[in-house]
Amino acid sequence: MIAAILSLTLLGTLLGFGLGFADRIFKVESNPLIDEVAALMPGSNCGQCGFPGCSGAAVALVEGRAAAAVCPPGGKALASALAAKLSLELDLSKVADRGPQIASVAEDICIGCCRCIKVCPTDAILGAAKQIHNVIREACTGCGNCVERCPTEAMTLQPIPLTVQHWVWPKPALA
Amino acid sequence: MGLMERLFKTPAWGVHPDDRKQPAAAVPLRVLPMPERLYIPLLQHVGAPARPVVLVGQPVLKGQLIAEPGGNISAPIHAPTSGTVIAIGDLTAPHPSGLTLPAITIAADGADRWAELHGCDDPFALAPEEITRRTAAAGVVGLGGATFPSAVKFSLGKRLDVGTLIVNGGECEPYLSSDDRVMRDFADAVVDGVRIVMHAIGARQALVGIEDNKPEAIAAMRRATEAYAEVKVCPVPARYPMGSDKQLIQTLTGREVPADARAAEVGVLVHNVSTCAAVHRAIRKGIPLIERIVTVNGGAVKNPGNLWAPIGTLIDDLLNFCGVVEAPARLILGGPMMGTPLPHGRTPIVKGASGILAFNAAEAAVPEAGPCIRCGSCAKACPMGLLPMEMAAHIRADSFKGAERFGLADCIACGCCAYICPAHIPLVQYFSHAKGELSAQERASLRNDATKRLVEARAARIERETQEKAAAAARRKAERDRAKAAAAALSTTVTAEEISS
Amino acid sequence: MSTYLLMLVSTALVNNVVLVKFLGLCPFMGVSKQMDSAIGMGLATTFVITLATAACWMLEHWVLVPFDIVYLRILSYILVIAATVQFVEMVVKKSAPGLYQTLGIYLPLITTNCAVLGLPLLNAQEHSPFVYSLLFGFGSSIGFTLVLAMFAGIRERIALSRVPAAFAGAPIAFVTAGLLALAFMGFSGLPTK
Repeated sequence: MIAAILSLTLLGTLLGFGLGFADRIFKVESNPLIDEVAALMPGSNCGQCGFPGCSGAAVALVEGRAAAAVCPPGGKALASALAAKLSLELDLSKVADRGPQIASVAEDICIGCCRCIKVCPTDAILGAAKQIHNVIREACTGCGNCVERCPTEAMTLQPIPLTVQHWVWPKPALA
Repeated sequence: MGLMERLFKTPAWGVHPDDRKQPAAAVPLRVLPMPERLYIPLLQHVGAPARPVVLVGQPVLKGQLIAEPGGNISAPIHAPTSGTVIAIGDLTAPHPSGLTLPAITIAADGADRWAELHGCDDPFALAPEEITRRTAAAGVVGLGGATFPSAVKFSLGKRLDVGTLIVNGGECEPYLSSDDRVMRDFADAVVDGVRIVMHAIGARQALVGIEDNKPEAIAAMRRATEAYAEVKVCPVPARYPMGSDKQLIQTLTGREVPADARAAEVGVLVHNVSTCAAVHRAIRKGIPLIERIVTVNGGAVKNPGNLWAPIGTLIDDLLNFCGVVEAPARLILGGPMMGTPLPHGRTPIVKGASGILAFNAAEAAVPEAGPCIRCGSCAKACPMGLLPMEMAAHIRADSFKGAERFGLADCIACGCCAYICPAHIPLVQYFSHAKGELSAQERASLRNDATKRLVEARAARIERETQEKAAAAARRKAERDRAKAAAAALSTTVTAEEISS
Repeated sequence: MSTYLLMLVSTALVNNVVLVKFLGLCPFMGVSKQMDSAIGMGLATTFVITLATAACWMLEHWVLVPFDIVYLRILSYILVIAATVQFVEMVVKKSAPGLYQTLGIYLPLITTNCAVLGLPLLNAQEHSPFVYSLLFGFGSSIGFTLVLAMFAGIRERIALSRVPAAFAGAPIAFVTAGLLALAFMGFSGLPTK
């Protein structure tokens, strides 16, 4: 009886100390995976995923609270990169590639208030006070921040039309 | 080299479809009467679309520049006839999607008046760079079907010190005979063009590869090259896809172009015979690329043959000229193996249009695809040594990266695998789909990176502005404090004076 | 020497821990979807099993038998195994965060992998000498890794195939596992003595 108690206690203590020591050696400061995932995200903090910015989405992804297809601007490319990194299940055909969108200014309603310029995460809106604003197509990510901010509803998101250069052959239907 | 290759001098790769080039190839070249209207798309080449430099209503002369190159890899476009620009707008593209492309529409005035042309009697006195410049200005692109701007290839060849020019007269696609016709009817122009291209890229020899099913073309080219020892005509076995540059290089030089490398890196450059003829016209006579030989063939055509037609002619106009025996069941731009299915005939021919095929119902019939039994026929036929069944299996499961591991990037979409497949699986469509999806993903990730840079730049800007604001505020505060102190000092002096007084 | 070699073959193939003894089926089905994670899991399990058989042998022969407390065998074995697994988890988390994420819950679950407990218990039952026990554990875990990698390879191919809807997913995996076990029965014809 005494031997049993003693030996198990001793064993437990020894292993406990051993593990505590190992924990010191193999200490992980923060989860390096979160940094790696955050590096993949666009970083525009547009908020379309519903998480607080891209780093928030990265934490959610690593903790398993978000799906690989969490980021609409990232599209299929990002979704498959994330799925590969985190070995998440991903059905590419279900990724809502809502199609690229771009903000555009209705020039007859724009009052030149500059509010949209301040919320644009990529500095894609050009304009000055009391001047009609314009969107730089190459820089706009279609996040829609400006649409929410515009007091006159002059900002709208328009789908970018499909062109011959961007068209993709459809996948053959299964026999 | 396999036993088959050694014994019969026939490559082990590829397929040998019924070539169906006759009787169209034997019919003498006909000139298409100028159509009333020409529709000239602004994207007829690989690269950026051209930018129009004419206005609606403006009269143009034949050979006049109507659109300038839109980037480093691009080509200008010239008016194929004299007339008036009546529209600049979207037009159904000769593309399987049926989407539109911006195009310039010209109403021909029937006079066919030329603009002033600047030819050159002795191109070999010109600097190679000047030839490259003139070729670029004439809008010459690869006429074999790839439509890559030729001048870009010239400068690449010059830079990489290419010793051998390979002239592609393979024309391995069934039904097509436009290159055959060019070599038969314009052999001297082709050989002159070859020598000009050699001068432009600094090549020491030229090998003209012609499939041995075109004896007339071989004879004509042999006659034309008699005087020039540096240009050699080399008959090659008729085997599809002999007209693909990598296969032709391997057959003629024994050198294999490595994966992810260009032909120039093994010391050769490949140009099509029609391209060489176009270079000859551009340099000697100053005529830009505005016309070409188009094969009109297929079971639905009454009088098949080759036509000399201006770029921008509607396909319906070509078919009306040749006559149809029945409504075509399918229209194809290019050859049956690699060509583009067209939505309808109200779309124009472009610089790369080597042929228009109007198939009757029997030719157009597509058997229903069955399941893959892994027989390996496709792997045996693949000229690039790939495993099409493995790639297709990955693509079917949406694993594009998996297909890439099996060498999808090296696939030349020649169609041998789909042709040979006993289950009639549309393998090439799988590969085209995957390549499109992969390049879309590539574009998206480039965009992602660009967005990231913009966001970082914005964060840096906001940081800088806050600092500047803080610095300005501190400065103002310091000034205010100084002023206050000065005022206080003044007032104390004043009080002191008041007291003393 | 040849005894040891035969011993390895016998444990890895003939008496394969997964497909013949049917131990450790949980990671066999759970972590065999991708080759990379299967190999990672196999290596981690190999490490744990080899270490655990050694540690348990020492525990058995230096503590449990001398102090006559053999009834504490399972309890103390579990303690040692759990500690080893914790250690492996720390190492993997530090050195391969991606693998750590991939293995997920299956990494701590190595503790409850019945192969890990079963092998030292078998050793204790047969009163095997130290080297013999160690080889038994090592050989068995090599067999485990081999089968896991094989099965992962097959499942990667199954993912590309057109499986009838009724069989898609786990059912076809079980059918495959059954066929694989049948195939491994063929090894029982190998002369291992």
